[in-house]
Amino acid sequence: MNAAPVLHGWLAEFATADQVQAAAGRVRQAGYTRWDVFAPWPIRGLDDAMGLRRSPVGWFVFAGGALGLAAGMAMVWFMNQHDYPLAVGGKPMFSTWFALPIAFELAILFGAMAAVLAMLALNRLPRWHHPLLQTPRFARATDDRFFLVIESADPQFAADRTRQFLESLECVHVEAVWEEGPCDT
Amino acid sequence: MAALRSQPLVAPDPPAELARPPLILNRRGTAWISGKVSGIAEGRAPRWWWAAFLPSAGLTALCFAMIAYLVSTGIGVWGLDCTVGWAWDITNFVFWIGIGHAGTLISAILFLLRQPWRTSISRAAEAMTLFAVICAAIFPVIHLGRPWDCWWLFPIPNANAIWPQFRSPLTWDVFAISTYFVVSLMFWYVGMIPDLATLRDRARTRARKLVYGLLAMGWTGSIRHWRHYEKACLLLAGLSTPLVLSVHSIVSFDFAASLLPGWHTTIFPPYFVAGAIFSGMAMVLTLLIPIRTLCGLEDVITVLHIDRMGKVLLAAGSMVGYAYAIEWFTARYSGSPHEIFAWENRAFGPYAWAYWTMLACNAISPQLLWLRRVRRSMAAVFLLSIAVNVGMWLERFVIIVTSLHRDFLPSSWSYFRPTLVDIGTLAGSLGLFLTLFLLFIRFLPMIAMAEIKGAAARSGARAHGDPDPPGGLSG
Repeated sequence: MNAAPVLHGWLAEFATADQVQAAAGRVRQAGYTRWDVFAPWPIRGLDDAMGLRRSPVGWFVFAGGALGLAAGMAMVWFMNQHDYPLAVGGKPMFSTWFALPIAFELAILFGAMAAVLAMLALNRLPRWHHPLLQTPRFARATDDRFFLVIESADPQFAADRTRQFLESLECVHVEAVWEEGPCDT
Repeated sequence: MAALRSQPLVAPDPPAELARPPLILNRRGTAWISGKVSGIAEGRAPRWWWAAFLPSAGLTALCFAMIAYLVSTGIGVWGLDCTVGWAWDITNFVFWIGIGHAGTLISAILFLLRQPWRTSISRAAEAMTLFAVICAAIFPVIHLGRPWDCWWLFPIPNANAIWPQFRSPLTWDVFAISTYFVVSLMFWYVGMIPDLATLRDRARTRARKLVYGLLAMGWTGSIRHWRHYEKACLLLAGLSTPLVLSVHSIVSFDFAASLLPGWHTTIFPPYFVAGAIFSGMAMVLTLLIPIRTLCGLEDVITVLHIDRMGKVLLAAGSMVGYAYAIEWFTARYSGSPHEIFAWENRAFGPYAWAYWTMLACNAISPQLLWLRRVRRSMAAVFLLSIAVNVGMWLERFVIIVTSLHRDFLPSSWSYFRPTLVDIGTLAGSLGLFLTLFLLFIRFLPMIAMAEIKGAAARSGARAHGDPDPPGGLSG
């Protein structure tokens, strides 16, 4: 149980969005790759400053919507034309016109589900444990403070040098974040 | 050209009288927003909450008692007869489903239109949507006569080897309402994840840490996460917008696709959608005007918000008034004696009292909102919102009952009167709606904190003359 604690990374706390944005530019310039910024609301322009590419969630939504549309059409055709044809009001057994409301609703439903599932999967959520969530100061990341973490997994990470580098930025506080145990990935 | 290109494009600050009013009054900071909004869901319940919750819970019990009586006895406990086969129950269904539409208007359509003021009211309005859809879903099921067979509405393989018949708008309705509920639930929950994380990080007791921790799904506020999250929210808003327009259009097809004079009208889909947004906006105002005072949220849900919602109410009410005029015009212009009779019977027949009350509440009373003084008076807007709620319930009653009660054979004409069970079920559904809403404000973040902080940070930066303000959920 008393395995030696493993360093997850260094956590720097910032008071304003401008300061963390400036710091993010410096961290990227310094060549770090395994690092992240945490904020109570999405800071406009910061994802570009961090060099992140556009979110691919839209492709999943398109695929989900197309699948829903096709599934709706196929379901109405199968049930009303193929498996259980029943003449009602002189209408055709199948027509894309009366199948469209069903297909439209399923396109929306599948598209929306794809949006939520893709967002969760790309973010690796739900994840009910994270080393940062054990750090008391980090609780303010959902309130009014901004944080920057450089992980020990970064190839450039060097315990002392990285700490000094973070302290040279305009931050309020720097501290270590520990993994709970070696079993944690 | 070169000189022009070297100049950065910066819009000059607008003069003071054109500057946007602040989203949050009294220069409240981000920590104040977290504390104030989370505080409503923390600590002991205030007295007014219990005073509102206990009667609502009592009415909810009445709702379930009435349903149990109906199911165990039969549909005859209602005032329906062979002539008026749809009456009170379907009126309630359309009324409740319409209420929901304002929530999606505020959370999705105003999001796409980049109206940052919507952030203060969007969460509560979305919750209202969900609870209204729950209330709405009860009525078509219990009016089936054999509600235990309601699963036949869905395409589930069954022992009879039969499938739903998709040429009927009634089956479209099943898909529209179910999709609307699921998508609204996902949009509401996903929007709430960052705020649930705030509640998790503020939690003191073990139970609260556990429950909010599970609900927040391990949200940390990583910018890498926000990027996918914002994209998902934007796409959900984009999907919800055509969805909400389709839902009430399909509800109106239930009527418009029939051949009954008074129902068989092409204007029904837009007329129903405008009416739905109208009634829903009135319900948002009915709920939020007392709550902003009771919860001390006057700096977040400001007079300006009520003013703007009043303008939406005025616009939607005028559209509904226009639809009433077009109904009359279409009936006269058609030259069809059946259409003309249906309209004259509606306005001057035995249900004239309902028609003219509806007209006064929906088309005439909102015209007071042209006056700025009325829009900025909480008491006046609250009373108007109640009038619109009553008027919009009556509108569905008028459409459904007056078209049915005098059919083509005068010997089968009748006059629908609700029974006590009818009235008890409606009152009970209102209790269920209020109970769910009160539980929501007690246990969940009733204001979109993360969004409003971002929007306030952006508008604050703009006020201080920063041309490229940081922060803000693309609204």
